[in-house]
Amino acid sequence: MRLWKTILAATVLALATGTSAFAARTDLVIGIPLEPPHLDPTAGAAAAIDEVLYANVFEGLTRIGPKGEVLPDLAESWTISDDGKTYTFKLRTGVKFHDGTEFDANDVKFSLDRARADNSVNAQKGLFAAIDKVDVIDPATVKVTLKNPQGSFLYNMGWGDAVIVAPETADTNKEKPIGTGPFKFQNWAKGSSITLVKSDNYWGSPASLDKAEFRIVPDAAAYVPALLSGDIQAFPFFDADSVAQVKDDPRFKVVIGSTEGETILSINNKKPPFDKLQVRQAISYALDRKAIIDGASAGLGQPIGSHMSPANKDYVDLTGRYPHDVAKAKELLKEAGLENGFKATLKLPPPAYARLGGEIIASELRDVGIDLEIIPVEWAQWLDQVFTKKDYDLTIVSHTEPNDIDIYSRKDYYFNYDNPAFDKVIADLNLTSDEAKRKELLGQAQKILADDAVVGFLFELPKVGVWDAKLQGLWENAPIQANDLTKVKWSD
Amino acid sequence: MTAYLLKRLAIAIATLVLASMVVFAVLEVLPGDPARLMLGLNASADQVELLRNQMGLNAPLGLRYLRWAGGLLSLDFGRSYTYSVPVIDLVRERLAVSLPLALIALALSTIIAIPVGLFSASRRGRAGDTVAMGAAQLGVAVPNFWFALMLIYVFAVWLRLVPAGGFPGWGAGVWPALKSLLLPAVALALPQAAILARVTRSALIEVLNEDYIRTARAKGLPYRAVLWRHALRNAMIPVLTILGLQFAFLLAGTIIIENVFYLPGLGRLVFQAITQRDLIVVESVVMLLVAAVIAVNLVVDLSYAVVDPRLRSRQ
Repeated sequence: MRLWKTILAATVLALATGTSAFAARTDLVIGIPLEPPHLDPTAGAAAAIDEVLYANVFEGLTRIGPKGEVLPDLAESWTISDDGKTYTFKLRTGVKFHDGTEFDANDVKFSLDRARADNSVNAQKGLFAAIDKVDVIDPATVKVTLKNPQGSFLYNMGWGDAVIVAPETADTNKEKPIGTGPFKFQNWAKGSSITLVKSDNYWGSPASLDKAEFRIVPDAAAYVPALLSGDIQAFPFFDADSVAQVKDDPRFKVVIGSTEGETILSINNKKPPFDKLQVRQAISYALDRKAIIDGASAGLGQPIGSHMSPANKDYVDLTGRYPHDVAKAKELLKEAGLENGFKATLKLPPPAYARLGGEIIASELRDVGIDLEIIPVEWAQWLDQVFTKKDYDLTIVSHTEPNDIDIYSRKDYYFNYDNPAFDKVIADLNLTSDEAKRKELLGQAQKILADDAVVGFLFELPKVGVWDAKLQGLWENAPIQANDLTKVKWSD
Repeated sequence: MTAYLLKRLAIAIATLVLASMVVFAVLEVLPGDPARLMLGLNASADQVELLRNQMGLNAPLGLRYLRWAGGLLSLDFGRSYTYSVPVIDLVRERLAVSLPLALIALALSTIIAIPVGLFSASRRGRAGDTVAMGAAQLGVAVPNFWFALMLIYVFAVWLRLVPAGGFPGWGAGVWPALKSLLLPAVALALPQAAILARVTRSALIEVLNEDYIRTARAKGLPYRAVLWRHALRNAMIPVLTILGLQFAFLLAGTIIIENVFYLPGLGRLVFQAITQRDLIVVESVVMLLVAAVIAVNLVVDLSYAVVDPRLRSRQ
């Protein structure tokens, strides 16, 4: 024990000269759970890439705002031809990349052509599928011609995967990202942190922060002590189960918002007995969303009745379509000739919502006679077995891509769902740019999915943000996965 | 002595070759595709195939093994699929954290354990022994992540002496870097010290019952001298064995502590590489660790020979 004391005393002495406080802070340390594999948003699906770089380092023609709206970004304005097939973008002038080179229409053409090229490995290549050709009219004007009208084109151009890169630096962005945003990349200490600093040649209103460090904190158990010690001042994606520990602390703000993550009990629609509508509907009746939300998201998720975020302007409330009704569920199973119940498997990927939700769902389905065997899998296995090979009965996953109701019309998607009527609605939707008409079509699409009980619709994944009470400007919701720091500042 | 050394070396090399085959074979049959992991749910099958080709994943298994093993011979560990940088660079960055951490923890553990073991063995059955071994029992039983969190709350949150986690890098200065390794080293060292203290104690007690100890005492040597010169030296072999095992564990088995303190260590590199199916990283790092363990064992074997002259002549 004497040794302990000695170590302690030595530490106290040596650290006495430790930390000192600053009056007006211009630096920020943000905790993120996963490290990006690389730093090029146009070459990977990992959300962690956008969480560091979107809007901060890289910008697109358009961008997605805090409410999920489309805002002008590098394109100052645009005009759309009457047939909806030609978009003419007027670009901002005087924009420079972080390496000092000028941004102009050629960079736009290069970026879009690169993303849709045959050998492109852009993870969201579908965003560019409608583009027929990209023409440079003059250095500040670009004309994009589509093969067919596409209602979501401007939104698509706001994705992180559609940001504008320069031909000179496109190949090295993975290690040293060069964009046009208000922050430029400074340093990446692998496994530890990524540091951005304010760009001094930014075209728009400059950022308030001089320096932002994204620190990788993989273990949720470390979040609270990191906040309490002041080492990290913001966790935009906090752990729902740890909220109670900081909720009543006036030094921190707890902000519960919404995401675009529809959390669903996916069903293999071609695999008997799930190919029977009554069986899928029975599952929907058997689910008690309230209990699932309480158990799997600490009561913070919002219930959904179809594949659309309640925060979306085109959302239709279908949560009443299948109220929790065990008797009705049993009756439907009887109609399907399964009054004695049946056995099936439930494969659960690693996130807490799946593992916790899975236990509850298994017990709820047992009440109607469906006996589930729970099989925990890691992401790589899930992608391989469930998503690619469709070797599963049921699984739980959150579909975090925004406005992704069209996945149900994709051929060979892992739901194995095939309904020509639904496909027709989505095909019409793609050709429609009129807002009112789109809203109607999206409503129809949501209803068809609910009627067919394609999957068990559970809840919208909540976004739980915790940060220093003096910090302003971080996003409350996550319409896309990003940590936009352009408006973030310290009050004082 | 030379024969002993040569035999040990031959065994070490054979183990390495065998391990490389097993490691490669076992990892390659894991389900999961790094290309699909990188491209996510929205990418088409064609695109995944394109990326697989670009990453060189479609070459036949045997060819890939030969390429990889051949690379290892010339110290080329390949390129990471996900990071697309040479594996050796990743390992070097991580070792800058893991190696000092393991050494500090090992030193702490030895400094604590040997005196406690000596103390307990020499007071066998008395109150001091009971208290010390009770504490050691507790040290073995307490989960180290819990202990780590307690350390964080006391020294980082409450006293604010050290950071709660993270590693600023050696570029930030020796002291800030060391400071961030202090708590993790203590958290790692204590359970190890508890084990080591128990091993030291039981090894000493066994030796203390030997005839030559009685002889040494009978010829008039003071107890303290007997304990240090005759007993401890003879009890060193099990202690060294445990130390060797602990070093190997501390180098790569510290993933839990690395997570709690969010340190960019070797354990986390391997863990992350496994979840992302960055197999080349896993394979190369595992081989490096196998080599490290073999090297440590070799050193331990040789140190047996140093502490026990009989081993030298017998071989």
